[in-house]
Amino acid sequence: MEIDIQKKVLEVNDTEADSNRKYFKDKNVFVLNMMSSPGSGKTEILCRTLAKLMPGVRVGVVVGDICTTNDADRLEVTGAKVTQINTDQFGGDCHLAAHLIIASAKQLGCEDLDLLIVENIGNLVCPAEFDIGEDTKVVVLSVTEGEDKPLKYPLMFRVADVAILNKIDLLPYLDFDAKLVVDNMKQVHPHLPVFEMSAKTEEGFESWIEWVKIKVFEKTGK
Amino acid sequence: MHEMGIAQQLVQIALDAIPQDIENPKVEKLNLRIGKLASVVEHSLTFCFEIITKDTPLETARLDIEVVPVRVHCKSCDNEWEVTGPVFKCPFCENGEVELLTGREIEITSLELTE
Repeated sequence: MEIDIQKKVLEVNDTEADSNRKYFKDKNVFVLNMMSSPGSGKTEILCRTLAKLMPGVRVGVVVGDICTTNDADRLEVTGAKVTQINTDQFGGDCHLAAHLIIASAKQLGCEDLDLLIVENIGNLVCPAEFDIGEDTKVVVLSVTEGEDKPLKYPLMFRVADVAILNKIDLLPYLDFDAKLVVDNMKQVHPHLPVFEMSAKTEEGFESWIEWVKIKVFEKTGK
Repeated sequence: MHEMGIAQQLVQIALDAIPQDIENPKVEKLNLRIGKLASVVEHSLTFCFEIITKDTPLETARLDIEVVPVRVHCKSCDNEWEVTGPVFKCPFCENGEVELLTGREIEITSLELTE
């Protein structure tokens, strides 16, 4: 006997993500999901970004890692409201799911925020699959990772709304073709905006900051 | 890497779909549709599924997976085609305003019970 089902397996997460999106709309907060492989410099980008945005833009951060509060400790120094999600002590999930985000957002309190940034778990595969109710997905790639990463992980670069190519201060010391990596990103996602920058030296940082401010304003009017 | 979570969802959906009035149900097959662009590794999913279905009505069930190709549509020239590599640029008009039609599915379509 065959029983018809016709269901999306990730329907539970998708429903929760839609509910998150409604919650963030009600709270009038713009939500940005930052994804990358481990070590691309997400936390350093965020530390510098928070320093430049605050106090004009009120920012909260949800940080996901399998283990440790190292990232949250670094981000708290900026004065932003930060909460850390550890998916497990050793091992655990490879991505943040929608239900974890809403619990953390409520713990942070979104009432006095203009921008909520989710620093996802370092992984170029799984976080691309899971909607968390964000407004915009940002993928970070650093110049030490190889030019072909966008071709190897196409889903991540397909779902991203914007990309950051980080650590460009290292280019003089590497055999890395920055034009090729951007070309590869555009093979996967032809109109993908790419910010080429260095969080360390803040070269190319201003256009990223301006972009964030515009996106926050477009949604919240703040 | 998240195949265990997907397997758990699969089991939940399948168990909920079995009519309650059937005594000692045994599922023979679960029919799935998984897009080529979905981040699911078939043998990992099968492995996880086998582990968590022990001592359940799904214990002997096998996963029958229909692989859904990646098809895209170009909003600029209305062309539709199947993408077989990581390149999504429209081969006809060279524009990039492409939208994904299929390829990200992770769906359970039906289950088959042993008579």
